[in-house]
Amino acid sequence: MIQVNNLTKYYDSFCAVDGISLEIRQGEILGLLGPNGAGKTTTLRMLTGFFKPTSGTIKIDDLEIPKDTLEIKKRMGYLPESAPLYHNMLVFDYLTYVAKVRGLAKEDIPGRLQELSGLCGLADIMHKSIDALSKGLKQRVGLAHAMMTDPEILILDEPTSGLDPNQIAEIRAIIRRIGKKKTIIFSTHILSEAEATCDRIVIINQGKMVADDTTENLKHRAEKGTTFSLALYGETGKAPIKLLNTLDADLDIRQVAARETGTSLYEVKTGSSRDFRKDIYLKIKETDWVMAELTRESQSLENIFQELTKGA
Amino acid sequence: MHQTIHIATKEFKDYFISPIAYIVISLFLVITGWFFFSTFFIFDRADMRNFFALLPTIFSFIIPAVTMRLFSEEVNVGSYETLMTLPVSFRDIALGKFLAATAFCGCMLLPTLSYPLFISMIGEVDPGPVMGGYLGALLLAGAYCALGILASSMTRNQIVAFILGAAICFALTILDRVLFFIPPSLTELIGFLGTNTHFQSIAKGVIDSRDILYFLSVMFLGLFGTYLVMQEKN
Repeated sequence: MIQVNNLTKYYDSFCAVDGISLEIRQGEILGLLGPNGAGKTTTLRMLTGFFKPTSGTIKIDDLEIPKDTLEIKKRMGYLPESAPLYHNMLVFDYLTYVAKVRGLAKEDIPGRLQELSGLCGLADIMHKSIDALSKGLKQRVGLAHAMMTDPEILILDEPTSGLDPNQIAEIRAIIRRIGKKKTIIFSTHILSEAEATCDRIVIINQGKMVADDTTENLKHRAEKGTTFSLALYGETGKAPIKLLNTLDADLDIRQVAARETGTSLYEVKTGSSRDFRKDIYLKIKETDWVMAELTRESQSLENIFQELTKGA
Repeated sequence: MHQTIHIATKEFKDYFISPIAYIVISLFLVITGWFFFSTFFIFDRADMRNFFALLPTIFSFIIPAVTMRLFSEEVNVGSYETLMTLPVSFRDIALGKFLAATAFCGCMLLPTLSYPLFISMIGEVDPGPVMGGYLGALLLAGAYCALGILASSMTRNQIVAFILGAAICFALTILDRVLFFIPPSLTELIGFLGTNTHFQSIAKGVIDSRDILYFLSVMFLGLFGTYLVMQEKN
């Protein structure tokens, strides 16, 4: 539905975005990740038509920026970073104004505002002045602003930055709820957030795209080998290491400090992608040791992120 | 077109939400009232010539205060981004803000309509120059609003926008009074560029299409300049 081709943006001689190409399907939640100053906001601003690309094209269905910017803006809801709103207006007045500018029929406005107030939790603040709102509440008003006409595409620039954990959870829940039907693109530098909400992750660094994959695939890509952790009750000493080495000579097994008292913890590292859990279990079963836990540790996205954005 | 009206309505209401409207209107009425009536009885003429003679100078300081926040505040707060990503074109935004500011100036002039009423009680008022004066005042206000908006688009600081706007408007106001500094071959052209001669000729009750066209061109150039400045930012 959205096709971005070789998108480039220069600020004078500084290259903020360097040849990004992307295709975003309908109903996808895409997370745009990158360190500060990587070009996330610039990319999103070009997608909304607010910034003109230096070169490259953006197509949405059969519409093109900048030729059909007005039509594209109708299909798109956008929440800029830190939700800049008019400070001197009441929330209700502001949303009514947005509804009118977005061309909602006069008789539909109260109904739509009620829906949005339910969806974004605005009921208590509708008649407060915007400058009296906390950052999280402003962000919610911004979300309601973006979703006013139920647009097909939602673009959210760091929707959770600066919020407390409860507010973050709320905003994420809203994104997931509306993301079932809409195409959502949002930027963040919080990895767990992207992991929890996105279908697909694009990582950019210094204006270049360095990764574009599903969350699952990205994790696997980073898994150069797997680590299993095994805990046994009692002080079992070196004996399990010897026993498990009979499974595969290449296994790297070490005893590490136990997490729980009364148990012994071992780390089993393998260079292959084979799942050794079953083998380990069967081996332990032959003995009289009692297993406390056996888990496969997957590498976190943090490692991938750090690896891909080195030198930023 | 609907968008223009929605934006204009919002901006117009904005003036009256903040204290700015009341301060500017009071200031305007006190200044014009004082300067006009302090000499009114000395001249002992039942007309408003002195009121309209003062207007361009007073407008060139009052109107930039009306327009100073229109773009600079939006850019400074960041709401310009929110506004531009709504389905509106730049023309809607600029025209909406321009109409709101001009309408506000109309509101500012409204209480002064009582002057000709009072004057007519004590003497015969010739309605031609009064009506011409108010028409000219609106055109002049429109032109200065467009220039004030241009100044506002150039900076994100409202104070700078005000000073810049006042400088531009005041320069245009006094242009026909500094002609003796200018080589004689250019006086006619430079004199034509100033606002004062055009305004005073309308205020005499002579409605010349050239004067009206002049004010419309200034409005257009101001708003088009704003478009170019804002375009450059993206």
